[in-house]
Amino acid sequence: MRAPGLTRHPRILPAGRRRALLISWLVLPSAAIVALLMGAVLMLVFGANPIVGYQALLAGAFGDSYALTSTAVKAVPLLLVGAGICIAFRANVLNIGGEGQIAMGGLAATATALAVPNLPSPVLIPLTLLAGAVGGGVWGAIPGAFKAYFNVNEILSTIMLNLVAVQFMNYMLSGPLVARSGYAVGGLIPQTQLLSPNSWLPTLIEGTQMHLGVLIALVLAIAVYVLLWRTSFGFRIRAVGLSREASQYAGIAVKPTITWAMTLAGALSGVAGAMLVFGSISHRMVTDGSLTGFTGNAGFNGIVVALFAGLHPLWTIVTAFLFAGLLVGGTSMQVVTGVPSDLVTAINGLVVVLVVSVEYMRRRSRARARAVDMLGPPAAGVTELVRA
Amino acid sequence: MSQFFTAAVLTATVASGIQLATPFLLAGLGETMGQRSGVVNLGVDGIMLLGAFSAYFTALKTGNLLLAALAGIGIGVAMGLVTALVSVTLKAEQGISGIGVFLFGLGLTDLLLLKLVPAPATVAALPTVRIPLLDRLPAIGTVFFQQDWLVYFAFLLVPVLTFVLNRTTYGMKIRAVGENPAAADTVGVSVARIRYSTVLIGCALAGLAGAALLLFVGIFQQDLTNSEGFIAVALVYFGAWRPIGVMAGSLLYGMVGSIVLTSKTLGIIPLSGSDIAAMAPAVITVLALLSVARRFRQPAALGRPYERGT
Repeated sequence: MRAPGLTRHPRILPAGRRRALLISWLVLPSAAIVALLMGAVLMLVFGANPIVGYQALLAGAFGDSYALTSTAVKAVPLLLVGAGICIAFRANVLNIGGEGQIAMGGLAATATALAVPNLPSPVLIPLTLLAGAVGGGVWGAIPGAFKAYFNVNEILSTIMLNLVAVQFMNYMLSGPLVARSGYAVGGLIPQTQLLSPNSWLPTLIEGTQMHLGVLIALVLAIAVYVLLWRTSFGFRIRAVGLSREASQYAGIAVKPTITWAMTLAGALSGVAGAMLVFGSISHRMVTDGSLTGFTGNAGFNGIVVALFAGLHPLWTIVTAFLFAGLLVGGTSMQVVTGVPSDLVTAINGLVVVLVVSVEYMRRRSRARARAVDMLGPPAAGVTELVRA
Repeated sequence: MSQFFTAAVLTATVASGIQLATPFLLAGLGETMGQRSGVVNLGVDGIMLLGAFSAYFTALKTGNLLLAALAGIGIGVAMGLVTALVSVTLKAEQGISGIGVFLFGLGLTDLLLLKLVPAPATVAALPTVRIPLLDRLPAIGTVFFQQDWLVYFAFLLVPVLTFVLNRTTYGMKIRAVGENPAAADTVGVSVARIRYSTVLIGCALAGLAGAALLLFVGIFQQDLTNSEGFIAVALVYFGAWRPIGVMAGSLLYGMVGSIVLTSKTLGIIPLSGSDIAAMAPAVITVLALLSVARRFRQPAALGRPYERGT
């Protein structure tokens, strides 16, 4: 027996409903266009030609095979974090802790590779990725359990755990895990030694950065789709997200479901952290003292791509690739126009604000669509980003 | 260890702790106003960054620190209008829109710093304002009464806002809107107007908090706030939505920050040890959130946009 909000829409749609649904589909692309237009205005303000700027951005992101592979590699952490966000947000748990989960996953994986460097690749690579999943998973499980069992606001606890993670990362990389060889002014460089080549993610295409992590991330995103829509556990996650009370009444163990949803989200971010280390060019874990220095803001940008994908893991593959293009192309734009690539971060922020702002309109037009075939009023909250 | 416990070092540490607490306090008090009316603003960190940058730019160009602080407030008000529009009028999911505002502020301030300030220089520090007579009290005088005017302003806001929230009609309306917007609406209180006003106050204070941070540090750098805005939001929960509680939390952060800084400078703890020490406030906050969640009730309509007839 399916809850009303989870049923598939009938194939034959009444006209009013079709129009309302169309509006709800157009809203997201319009938000992106508005954000890009605002970016163009900013470029104009700085005396650059936005057409030239965006052309450079596109060429840098998707122009040739090297650009495409760089974009694909850049998309890996976004996709993994985004897929995790799909799980957490669908359970109506707002996980802002991706940054910390990435760092903890990276640390756990790095520590593993340092502990058993001589294992053969086919054993060591899965082991390090698993360690990353465990590290990130623990960092997600804590706020998840706090939310489920003690009603602690997850937004705040995840943000606080990000702060703990960055200090812990700095401590580990300048203390227990530090390479004893890299001296700089003021002491050792906060980084590990060169990690065992057995732990490196093998390159898929010679001469590019494209590594095995791209394939693994794709598989994991598809796995998240299967989990959410083809298993009873996924059904429970979505049901809890739509209504905790109703799920409780239906006999779903709400608290473990919430905890597990956050654990899985953290684990996926943790794998992203591991891949950031073993798929990097330097093949070591380095810190510049900030979380962003290691994660490249993937913990936050992962939220952007997941929201933009309507919290759907398969669409997240597409949006992660597009947003990665924005990030990679931003550098080319900087070279050509002289407008710093930080513009891309600002545009990402605008996209988030616009997407959640137009969500109300989307919800209303969807409610109108529903009213036509009387499926009842929609539930409130982010879970309404559900793309039926 | 003995170096640490000389009177001079101790008073200097406490005095700088109070100064470090000020940006947390300003931003946290502003957030308290918004949250008591039911609006969570998670974009504080981004607004602080924008406030800090506009203060920096103004100070560089004019050399006038009062104008710099006003620039911080000004950008705060502008961002407040956006925040209120998004979370009150457009009824967006507030936790997420705040992340957007943060990313926007982070990206834009980096961009502006690189484009507008080719050679970053430090700006003058705020002048110390001595409170006559009181400043000559031994120890206490140095700690409390030889600070700059932003510090005094922030701490004076604590009793002022407590009074406003608990003893004025406006404060009662704020609390009504935060607890039961439908009831407030029924008796003729405009939910939207009250929420717009508290969000504007909150963002103005967030902008000022950024300006305060900048004026203490003296120079703008990438991600200057280092999550201080997010911490300020957490401190509102930590302080159980009371200005005095927010002050306690801010002082905790300020003091730990100052102690870590002093002991680092004096070489009491090794550098890597200071990272561990710096984790303490965040861990304490998580544990405090745990106990607040069990003992105190948050404003009933917190984070929920109001829609008539639901």
